[in-house]
Amino acid sequence: MTQLDEDDGGTAMDAGATSGEGAVNGVNRRDALKAIASAAAITMIGAEASAQGTPKPAAATAPAAQAPVQITRGPRGDAWDPDLIHPKSDWPRKLTASELATLAALCDVIIPADAKSPSASSQGAHHYINEHVSAPGAGYERDLVRVRGGVSWLNVESERRFAKTFVKLSASQKTTICDDICYAPKAKEEFKAGARFFSLVRNLTATAYYTTDAGMKDVGYVGNVASMKWELPPKAVLDKLGL
Amino acid sequence: MSNGSVKSHTEYDAIVVGSGAGGGMAAYQLSVNGLKVLLLEAGRSYDPVRETPMFKLPREAPLRGSGSREKPFGFYDATVDGGWEVPGEPYTNAPGTDFRWWRARMLGGRTNHWGRIALRMGEYDFKPKSRDGLGADWPLEYKDLAPYYDKTEMLIGVYGGDDDMENTPRSSPGVLHPAPAPRAAELLTKKHAAPLGVPVIPAHLAIMTRRQDADTLPKKLHPGNKLAQKVLGDSMRSRQACFYATPCGWGCSIKANFQSTTVLIPPALATGNVDLVPDAMVREVTVDKNGLANGVSYIDKRTRTDRHVKAKIVVLAASAAETARILLNSKSAQFPQGLSNSSGLVGKYLMDTVGAGIGGQIPALESLPPHNNDGASGMHMYMPWWLYKEQLAGKLGFARGYHIEFGGGKDMPGNGSMNFLENLTEGAYGKRYKEAARRYYGSHVWFDGRGEMIPNEDSYCELDPEVVDQWGIPVLRFHWKWSDHELKQAVHMQQTFAQIIEAMGGKVGGTVQTDGNKAIAKGGQIIHEVGTCRMGSDPKTSVLNAHCQSWDVKNLFVTDGAPFVSNADKNPTLSILALAWRTTDYILDQLHKREI
Repeated sequence: MTQLDEDDGGTAMDAGATSGEGAVNGVNRRDALKAIASAAAITMIGAEASAQGTPKPAAATAPAAQAPVQITRGPRGDAWDPDLIHPKSDWPRKLTASELATLAALCDVIIPADAKSPSASSQGAHHYINEHVSAPGAGYERDLVRVRGGVSWLNVESERRFAKTFVKLSASQKTTICDDICYAPKAKEEFKAGARFFSLVRNLTATAYYTTDAGMKDVGYVGNVASMKWELPPKAVLDKLGL
Repeated sequence: MSNGSVKSHTEYDAIVVGSGAGGGMAAYQLSVNGLKVLLLEAGRSYDPVRETPMFKLPREAPLRGSGSREKPFGFYDATVDGGWEVPGEPYTNAPGTDFRWWRARMLGGRTNHWGRIALRMGEYDFKPKSRDGLGADWPLEYKDLAPYYDKTEMLIGVYGGDDDMENTPRSSPGVLHPAPAPRAAELLTKKHAAPLGVPVIPAHLAIMTRRQDADTLPKKLHPGNKLAQKVLGDSMRSRQACFYATPCGWGCSIKANFQSTTVLIPPALATGNVDLVPDAMVREVTVDKNGLANGVSYIDKRTRTDRHVKAKIVVLAASAAETARILLNSKSAQFPQGLSNSSGLVGKYLMDTVGAGIGGQIPALESLPPHNNDGASGMHMYMPWWLYKEQLAGKLGFARGYHIEFGGGKDMPGNGSMNFLENLTEGAYGKRYKEAARRYYGSHVWFDGRGEMIPNEDSYCELDPEVVDQWGIPVLRFHWKWSDHELKQAVHMQQTFAQIIEAMGGKVGGTVQTDGNKAIAKGGQIIHEVGTCRMGSDPKTSVLNAHCQSWDVKNLFVTDGAPFVSNADKNPTLSILALAWRTTDYILDQLHKREI
């Protein structure tokens, strides 16, 4: 059986000690340094050791007595390796205040407040639409055009029919327009583009709304809680299903 | 030691390439038995205890956690630097092929996000050719692997039932954890599938529903081995039972499910016998003048420099396709067509799982009283293949079976969860939309068939002579073709699912295809690629012997999915783990006998 050469505790990893790039990030430095103090120090600490000028390990200790070494480098923070514990969606937002106001009004036509739950805009649905259309990527850029164009079209249509912008329309006036664009397969030819816009905004509004606490509660989602036991569904559910 | 050059004076007992299921198991077993192991991983290090986004909500994630090119299974999916693409590490497809290759460049590989479905292969699955004349037989039988299935299940923690069905083996008494109680949609599906003859039984998933017995299991698994008992006992004591919340695919910080990074690598490191090197992209296995493996060359990704490390034994577990790539790239004067390739079969007989799915909307599930439907996140029940006799009698028109994964009910709403309402309600908005969401959300069921593909001559990978990755390593080019057996099987899947949905009084979503090419998932998409270095009893028709030892290079072993001779409908990970354990026992035995 091979033993680690006592003068060469780093073995393969010393080879990695050239760059000094600090590939091990600061969070784990303490672990890394601790690891160096033990014999079978793990390769990835090599760069750190070099950068810090840490002397290489002396003699090997009894390997079996060692605690496992944490070797996490942690997320890089880019799109392929984002920090999942501290997520970010920090790209610049592209919609104007006026566009957001129109969208907020439309969000609330789609998901208004009722006796059971609040409205979409109160949960920030229009800001989520801004996050979506401002995101990097060809699909999001297409949606930006569709939303921007749709908001302009909606205001032009509101002016044409009622001589007011969309946000100033009464509830029934908003409905009059939305009825014409709420379902593309049944929309008239002149409203097809408006219907595509409405479809996108409805889905984005629903995604935004039903992922909030208020929205999850509204549709009766009650999971994501730790429980020590898992049991059959409640009797009321089994009865309703005839089980 | 001077900087900038490799002067490793240490020769390891074994180098293990890859830290997923097969590599994690190999490193664990060899190190607890006292071997000095160098574990090389092409991706970054990763610690699920610190990095898993337990209980995080879609609304905290960018774009409500939606999938993207960089995170195809959603923002919170555990996969790091992977997916259908890996930056800087392309692969190519031959004309007419659209194979998809999922990789994860991280410690633990794909075990961090896998579906945790842990089904044993059965007696038929090891001898498919003997049974129906197609494909090839394994050089071992179910009973050879059965003890390793038991031990693997005890080691990693698997829940399941005790059903005794044809070619669907049960575990030995006391091995499995109890399966969690079924959910509403699972019970309703069972009620309506049974009259159709489709059995619905507890699923087997690598998730613990109770804590492991850390006082007795280590002794049972490693009799007489104090070091193994100590590190495994400590590891088991650090694991919690499932608390029925937060998806397994994000990883598990309480270590309730199996990940190489929570179950195998920590105890392996605790032995003190393992040096772990992440960001180490292995490009070739090197050989000495006698044609024996003497180490590997890898690129240190952090410094972009080439390294060589030495060992007495090399174990490849880089994933079926990556292992083939390493062998094909290990060219020398002695082995001009790559290492362990005297049969010319490295890369050949690549298989995936047949996949086809369909869903439906079930009125009975509308407006159910709110209740928690999360469960163990994966399936609590599934449907094993049930038509063995009809199939053998030639009544089905395709030779191999499938199992059905299914589910339904109210999951946590995410990006796009309500998009179905537009068509279902023909454009509802306002009050009517909110009422529809309350009524219909959670009333859907889904069914996914997972079927056996028969290995064929037209599905394989080879080196692309024109393309290298960013490390200068020639990449793989894939060739792929389904046979009629797979295409007809996919059609049968969708027809069966439609029957079940209709029996439940539901409405089938989408089109039930009669053309298998439209029903079947693309090669690779089910992420069960195996084969490429198949085992056998004849060095002319196989790459490895019955112990996953190279016929050509006796100190070279493979412990990932590459040795698979067939790809039963059973998801491969559990079999990879059990086979890897068996292989390491053989390695230890051969070392003891001084055969290697």
